[in-house]
Amino acid sequence: MSTVILLLITGLGLGALYFLIASGLSLIYGLMGVLNFAHGSFLTLGAYIGWEVARVLGADNWAVFIASVLVGAAVGAAFAAATEFFLIRKLYERHIEQVLVTVGLALASVALFDGIWGTDPIYVTGPSWLGGTTEILGASIPNNRFILILASVLVLLGIVAFLKYTRYGLIIRAGVENRSMVTALGIDVRRAFTVVFAIGGAAAGVGGVLASSYYGYVSSGIGGSLLIFAFIVTVIGGLGSLSGAAIAAALVAVLQQFANFYLGGTGDFVVVLLLAVVLLVRPSGLLGSKA
Amino acid sequence: MNGVKVFLSRPLVKWALAGVLVAFLAILPMLAIDIPGVFPGPTYTPGTLQLIAFSMLIASLALSYHLIFGVAGLLSFGHALYFAIGAYGLGIALRHFGLELLPAIILTFVIGLVIAAAVGALSLRVTGISFAMVTLAFAQAGSVLIRKNPGQLTGGDEGLALDTTHVPDMFVGVLQTKNLYWLCLAILVIVFLVSSWFEQSRAGHVVAATRENELRVRVIGIRPYFVKLLTFVIGGVLATIVGMAYLLLQSSATQKLASADFTLTLLVIVVLGGVGYRWGAVIGGVVYTLLDQRLTAFASSDAVSGLPDFLRIPLSQPLFILGTLFILVVLFLPGGLAGIPGRIAGTRSRTNEPRPAPEKNVLEELE
Amino acid sequence: MSSGNSTATILTVRGLSAKIAGQQVVEDVSFDVPSTGVTALLGRNGVGKTSTIKGILGLIERRGEVTFFGDGASGNAAGVRLDRQRTHRIVQRGIGYVPEDREVFSKLTVAENLRLAERDANPRRDFVAELFPDLVARPGQLAGTLSGGQQQMLSLARALINTNKLLLVDEPTKGLAPIIVGEVADALAEAAKTVPVLLVEQNLQVVRRLAAGAIVIEGGRVVHTGDANELLEDDDMTRRFLGVHAEAGGQKSADSGATTS
Repeated sequence: MSTVILLLITGLGLGALYFLIASGLSLIYGLMGVLNFAHGSFLTLGAYIGWEVARVLGADNWAVFIASVLVGAAVGAAFAAATEFFLIRKLYERHIEQVLVTVGLALASVALFDGIWGTDPIYVTGPSWLGGTTEILGASIPNNRFILILASVLVLLGIVAFLKYTRYGLIIRAGVENRSMVTALGIDVRRAFTVVFAIGGAAAGVGGVLASSYYGYVSSGIGGSLLIFAFIVTVIGGLGSLSGAAIAAALVAVLQQFANFYLGGTGDFVVVLLLAVVLLVRPSGLLGSKA
Repeated sequence: MNGVKVFLSRPLVKWALAGVLVAFLAILPMLAIDIPGVFPGPTYTPGTLQLIAFSMLIASLALSYHLIFGVAGLLSFGHALYFAIGAYGLGIALRHFGLELLPAIILTFVIGLVIAAAVGALSLRVTGISFAMVTLAFAQAGSVLIRKNPGQLTGGDEGLALDTTHVPDMFVGVLQTKNLYWLCLAILVIVFLVSSWFEQSRAGHVVAATRENELRVRVIGIRPYFVKLLTFVIGGVLATIVGMAYLLLQSSATQKLASADFTLTLLVIVVLGGVGYRWGAVIGGVVYTLLDQRLTAFASSDAVSGLPDFLRIPLSQPLFILGTLFILVVLFLPGGLAGIPGRIAGTRSRTNEPRPAPEKNVLEELE
Repeated sequence: MSSGNSTATILTVRGLSAKIAGQQVVEDVSFDVPSTGVTALLGRNGVGKTSTIKGILGLIERRGEVTFFGDGASGNAAGVRLDRQRTHRIVQRGIGYVPEDREVFSKLTVAENLRLAERDANPRRDFVAELFPDLVARPGQLAGTLSGGQQQMLSLARALINTNKLLLVDEPTKGLAPIIVGEVADALAEAAKTVPVLLVEQNLQVVRRLAAGAIVIEGGRVVHTGDANELLEDDDMTRRFLGVHAEAGGQKSADSGATTS
């Protein structure tokens, strides 16, 4: 029983991480049709900057931790908004080229991170509670899993509230469904593009700081390795669907943990298999719009 | 056959030039051409031959990807898988099954064919981004499999070294580099000829027409699925062949070969060279490999280490420069390197169309 | 600039051509839209009526001159070229659009659909509420769950909630039950009292009721311009241009007659 609890909560923690990337990917794809390969770099930059904040402020207390999460989010948002504004926008409606530009940015930015922070992983510490464990029904759960789950729930609620109660949110929801009709109502939908990139980048930046706490280190590759699973999550959940991304993130990560434990480390295969099955049975994903 | 007519109607000059180029490349190991900054030494030295041979393999691989991405318009993110199957398949057959070289090659070829057909058949049931994701997922599964090292077959993170017991002496050792060089040149020529032949064939025309307008192809009663699958399998099998040559040339295979990053590199190469241009893929492959090599040397040179941080850090990362270059090409040079002559020649044709004009009369011909 | 017509013109189209996915769908269209009343844009199915509307709005790739005379206080001075502008700018000049197939945002509520469409500082909420009481009664309902007629009302309401200087309305009665067709026509008639309308419509009874002028398109070109009722009276012309007998127009839309082409 305790193993099941451990796997479940650890899985949800990993799923939370997937969701922090997948939410932005899904919104960006849904609104703009851009598959953003640079999204992992938003996360990685957030992780490095979060570590720098902790280093400069010098204390491993909660205030510093929260500050690094917030700074990570701001940096991720700024990087993402700049990406949209300077690179993606120039290639309006040319989806393949837009994907290619994000591929180039992913390559260049990871190399730049290597140049700035070195190729060796940087080990991070946080508030001591984060490194400890909590006993739940006999299972010792690493505390950072709870923070991950909490953070991703807050991010989910934040995005949902933004989409529901703001004018930009309204434009984004309408644009995901039918972008050209939004412009035909006299709305410059492009301004919403920068906004979704910024939201996605902020979520990824939060994910970066929390990922470094989850893994215990920062390296230039963490964004890229999480990105592939986030892609899978996005596609399984249905491109453009936020709730689909949330459900699929939890599903994929929990499945992965269980398969790794009970089926001899086959977690990644099971995920790929799940993706193949979902796409063949339901090409639009679990909650995709075009069924 | 109609394909032959079209084939002959192409300017013979181009082929004659290509012939001269191949002949020149063939005698290169006998010459002592030294281009400092591009090659590490004169062209007869093993180091330089190795580098040129390697760049020709990457060019061949890029050509095989060109068929899938440039001709069929299929954005596959899993092409590295078939290359890795070639390298690892041959390596495993030689080391663990103890096969002779030829049976090992045949076995690897068949495995590549079967997997390409199976993955293609499955993933072509979806299109666009979903297709990209499924191919990425399968390649990722391959990459994970290699790293997990099942039955000690793949060597995991250590990689798999070539077992030379059953490899003819002419392909073993630094002194035989020129034989390997000729092998790689032959592979490049073969892959190029197969690509040309396929593009000029009826199936090639149909798949190109499908890329432009799938609906119209359906309307005239052809199921695009099969020609796409055919293209996918041909591209995959060619990559497997190149992978085998890679193992012989480099004497080892590492798990990087199956990674998503490697497929992305291929994508970068094809776009750098010019999407839709056969020569573009070749030039892109060669230029990329040489740049990668030379930028690495440049990065660790004194010229860079003496610079202030804000210049030294980016310049010391070859991938940063390549990535930036790639972004600039996508933004400002649609058509890539192969499109440059056209841009210079015809200032009027400054269109945003990254591909050469599609075969306008293909559909009429098919109807 | 306008074609010697005595009435003022709100929009002129000269040599408009348009493409969808590289396919030429509008060849060379020229016409004027008068600054009052309803002008019908007619023709058989697939001749490029919808594409002409979309071309004017810049929703598809287009070429040619489109000049709008509704801008500015004087209303009818030099005119503004629309053919180089992006869709949202064109609409912001005061051009309302009611698309074919309604295109309401199905996952947004009725109220959200309307709120999204509000462009003016003082949107005409009361006017819309008066015209479409059915919509006001269900603000929280998802638009995707509305009936076809209600969706059409919502689509119209989105355009009418702003004070426009021109309305482009594309097949508003398509696929609707006869009783709803009447309601849509009523709403359009009400709107047309204050704003000129360019109307694409297959239902000739609706055209007869609403339209003053008519423009007929065939093969991506304008083949006839004139008075709407004169056109519909003329058996020969209706058969030739629209593929129907005018008398049968009410029951039988032009779609079914298009087989002769």
